[in-house]
Amino acid sequence: MTSYGSYRQLRLAPQRGGVSKALLAKDSPLWRLDWILLLAALALSAGSSLLVWSATRGRDSLTHGDPQYFLYRHLTNFVVGLVLCSVVIAIGSRRFRTIVPFLYVGVIVLLLATLSPLGSTINGQHSWIQLGGGFSIQPAEFAKLAIVLAMAVVLADQVDAGEREFPSHRAVFRGLVWACLPMAIVMLMPDAGSVMVMAAIVLGILLGSGAANRWVLGLLLAGTAGCVAIWKLGVLSQYQIDRFAAFANPQLDPSGVGYNTAQARIAIGSGGLFGKGLFHGTQTTGQFVPEQQTDFVFTVAGEELGFVGALGIILLVGVILWRACRIARQATDLYGTIVAAGVVAWLSFQAFENIGMCLGIMPVAGIPLPFVSYGGSSMFANWVAIGLLQAVRSQRPIAA
Amino acid sequence: MSNIPETGRTRRVTIRLVVLQILVLSLLATLGGRLWYLQIRNAKEYTAKATGNHIREVVEPAVRGEILDASGRVLAGNETRLVVSVSRTSLLQQKDGGKAVLARLAEVLGMPAKDVQEKVRLCDAKTAQPCWNGSPYQPIPVTKEATTQQAMQIMERREDFPGVTAQPTAVRRYTGVEGANMAQVLGYLSPVTDEEVSKTAGKSGLDRYLPADQIGRAGLESVYDRDLRGTAGITKLEVDNLGRVIGTAGTVAPQTGDNLVTSIDARVQKVVEDNLAQAMADARKTFDKVTNRNYEADSGAAVVMDVHTGRIVAMASAPTYDPNLWVGGISGKDYQALTSKDSNFPLLNRAIQGQSAPGSTFKVISTTAAVQAGYPLDGTYPCPKSVVIGGREFKNFESESFGSITLEKALEVSCDTVFYGLANDQWVKDGGIKPKKEPADWFFKTAHEFGLGAKTGIDLPSEVAGRVPDRQWKQSFYDNNKDAWCAQGQKGGNSYSDQIARENCVDGYQMRAGDAVNFAIGQGDTLVTPVQMARIYSALANGGTFYRPTIAKAVISPGGELVREIAPQADAKFPGDEKLLSYINQATEGVVKSGTAAWKFAQAGWPQDKIALHAKTGTAEVEGKQTTSWLTTYSKDYAVVMTISQGGTGSGGSGDAVRRIYQALYGVDDKGGIDNSKALLPAPQAELPKFNPDGTAIIKPVSYGAGAAPSAQAQASALTPVVAAAPALLDAAQPGPAAAFLDEAPPADRPVSYTAANAALEPTRGPGRGRA
Repeated sequence: MTSYGSYRQLRLAPQRGGVSKALLAKDSPLWRLDWILLLAALALSAGSSLLVWSATRGRDSLTHGDPQYFLYRHLTNFVVGLVLCSVVIAIGSRRFRTIVPFLYVGVIVLLLATLSPLGSTINGQHSWIQLGGGFSIQPAEFAKLAIVLAMAVVLADQVDAGEREFPSHRAVFRGLVWACLPMAIVMLMPDAGSVMVMAAIVLGILLGSGAANRWVLGLLLAGTAGCVAIWKLGVLSQYQIDRFAAFANPQLDPSGVGYNTAQARIAIGSGGLFGKGLFHGTQTTGQFVPEQQTDFVFTVAGEELGFVGALGIILLVGVILWRACRIARQATDLYGTIVAAGVVAWLSFQAFENIGMCLGIMPVAGIPLPFVSYGGSSMFANWVAIGLLQAVRSQRPIAA
Repeated sequence: MSNIPETGRTRRVTIRLVVLQILVLSLLATLGGRLWYLQIRNAKEYTAKATGNHIREVVEPAVRGEILDASGRVLAGNETRLVVSVSRTSLLQQKDGGKAVLARLAEVLGMPAKDVQEKVRLCDAKTAQPCWNGSPYQPIPVTKEATTQQAMQIMERREDFPGVTAQPTAVRRYTGVEGANMAQVLGYLSPVTDEEVSKTAGKSGLDRYLPADQIGRAGLESVYDRDLRGTAGITKLEVDNLGRVIGTAGTVAPQTGDNLVTSIDARVQKVVEDNLAQAMADARKTFDKVTNRNYEADSGAAVVMDVHTGRIVAMASAPTYDPNLWVGGISGKDYQALTSKDSNFPLLNRAIQGQSAPGSTFKVISTTAAVQAGYPLDGTYPCPKSVVIGGREFKNFESESFGSITLEKALEVSCDTVFYGLANDQWVKDGGIKPKKEPADWFFKTAHEFGLGAKTGIDLPSEVAGRVPDRQWKQSFYDNNKDAWCAQGQKGGNSYSDQIARENCVDGYQMRAGDAVNFAIGQGDTLVTPVQMARIYSALANGGTFYRPTIAKAVISPGGELVREIAPQADAKFPGDEKLLSYINQATEGVVKSGTAAWKFAQAGWPQDKIALHAKTGTAEVEGKQTTSWLTTYSKDYAVVMTISQGGTGSGGSGDAVRRIYQALYGVDDKGGIDNSKALLPAPQAELPKFNPDGTAIIKPVSYGAGAAPSAQAQASALTPVVAAAPALLDAAQPGPAAAFLDEAPPADRPVSYTAANAALEPTRGPGRGRA
């Protein structure tokens, strides 16, 4: 309960100059922040701006002739993400929990709007809403947040109230229903990649919530069955099937389907130990790797910064996930644990799938690398997740 | 909140969170491992792939070195043509993909716009010719014969023609200087094939064939290809994924190939070619009593060799062709005409690839063999009109009889029966039809010692070895043909060839008396090439050294410096002693004075007392054909050998032609008067030509008397205007990508550049090679 009090203290500090004083006070929430987590995320986001810049400065068809076009926009996204993160921290975990239903409804509305004529299609996916001025949002990114929060609220409700030791079957079932609704909508877009991430999130949450083993195993079985069904029933579009085929056999069609993966591997492999130097990658300058500022941004690091730089990114992701796991273990309530476990599953799955696809050990799927890939929605959602983690952590006493 | 831990976690949750954490860590470790595998372990492979991805090479062909005659006259040079080419790279950068530019270009060149567009499109499975099947980064030639005016229009309005260049480009030209053709000796070039390019892709320097390369496929062009070719310039372009050029990664300028100085004298070559052709034309007007029709004279060859070095002064082969047919790619029709059955194969160099029995010209070898075998030089031998050996009658030519004569006399009058007798005697001594274990085989052995049955090693490709039909050959020939002979024999036919087949089927491997005696007079299965005979008679002239025949004398750098000299090489020595040699020399001089060739030399006004010639005539019989004419001759400096297939007797078919060649060499008129000023080459040219600092040869008329060689002077003056304009051409056309020479001159200087351009269109020898 002490953390709640400090939050109120911050909010209610009315005096002039009192804000800075309050921030530096001994029990200020700033001291409770996980600075390692924050610095790792800051380093990833800041460093990624160079990678995005390098990948796009020669792509005249995308940048409209301004080499810094993507750099500025990426930095803008970063700053907005930071603001969102601060707001979430300021709101605090408990209070945030109370607004989850509103957020959830909002996200569902956005998802439905995407399917409506308001949405637009890129790469065969009806996943974007154009806002004008070159800005667009991808509600599926926010849906991941919504699933984490909604499931946390539903599964932790009885446990945090002290009524049960573990979530009831009924609660787990309700949680899954809340998760399936946005997943179903996203599947209709169709954005199989995001659905995979959401499935990973659900799995992580079931693990972290202490739900009965049968639910975890059941979900794994259902997921496998679902994949087989999707394959057999032809729900996937041809390009998605092609991606998987190319993964299975990269030499299948080097100029067509396998091109992305082959070029990505050449870019990374040719980087060597120290890379070719920022802006000096021949694969990057020559634009041999498609979608290099978004899905394949990791190849820029691999080529221009080499093994050292690319491993640095993996390590930073590792630091974020390590801190997130620590926060999950040390959370004062199950809600906090579930939120942190959900974020761990979310970010780790995305990082593994994205980097793995660049390295040729995972099939190609349109999943961004957290904090690094260019894209506002993804950046915002990732920073909100950091905010949620910080809020969960701030809720417990420093001494613990 | 009593039974719930304050942290909100149960033990189960904690365990599960640890599992989650381990899972996450192992995923990240997987990524790290894979990253190491790609970037550290396989870095080399991917680096190579990345380089191949983004580097495209544009090749600028090197100017090929020239082939010069002994005085520095250009036999094979380069001429400048104005090539208008289009760069696809810059066309694609234009908004309409270059359509407007191509249309304007078509207008200037006076070609239909469609033609131009088709020429610059890339070939693929769906696109039929005309299309460009080279590298898309290589400038694509639209025309190789632009006029100066067209080039001016293009280069003056550069803004209207982005990506279009008009550039003087060196194209091989066989000059025919002094009227010499030399097609088979010079050879020809053709572009490398795709297969050759991909086969040598991993190599570097001269070992690597580049797509624009022309390489020598025959003659000197082929043997000295590595010297002549030069190194192509390579510009490495960096391209992006769409192939758009985004930068340059280094340029290597082309290096002009070295020049080759040969021992050929273009003027002598011309005389030899003309006289060979004349001799063949004359033979076709001569009636052959044996076949009751005129001689066909289907082919022939002539060689003039410097006896002191083995260097070739002239080499002619007939029929011949225009070597410039190959320039710029030979047309299918022309190729057919040069290689079809009806063509009589003008591509063959009959001086090294034509082989026939040597006839009596072989008798110098037989004489040597007989002396080696122990028959005394001063003995006398019977020369009846015929002898019977092995049940067959062997006759003298026209059944002449000379009584008992010396070997010298036998050689001089070409008495076959003397040699029949000697060869038969030897054959019997070697065991006859049941040969001794190690027969002496003096006649075969000596033939080998004279270099027959083996290549001379001349610096021309595809030389043939000829044949010495010795016991070994008989055996292998029998092994290869036994089945066919026996099959033919079994059919029971009664023609002459059926009888022979039956005989051969049984004992074709045997060296019979007939074979042995036929060999002694150079008939039967013996085959020799003209160059082999020239080498043998050169050795007789020079005191007994067999030199390896050569055509190239030296390789000279483009700057005129000696790169390497090709020194004469002595390969063998005359097997007999000095006495025998002088004896043979006496006999061969007798042939000219009073023997079989006298009617064409001493009795035709040749000043034998002033310029001594030696000769041996030969008339080889060929089954089913008319006789082959051989005339092998030498003076103290030159050996001249001529042979004409189905051309009649040695002296009758080739006598006049060979005498006229000597007349030209020594400046002898038809009445026997000697005018040194008219002598083309009274002694072989030992010195290499001198070179100007720009690499052009200083052609000094070979002057042994006042006002010698007027033709050389005429040539020099005819080329003067070119020389005046050459510097402009030189500056502009030297390496420098797309540095069209017209660029250098601003519009105000139009008259000047116009002159330069005009000069460029003259058949000069190409960039940097305007020549006095």
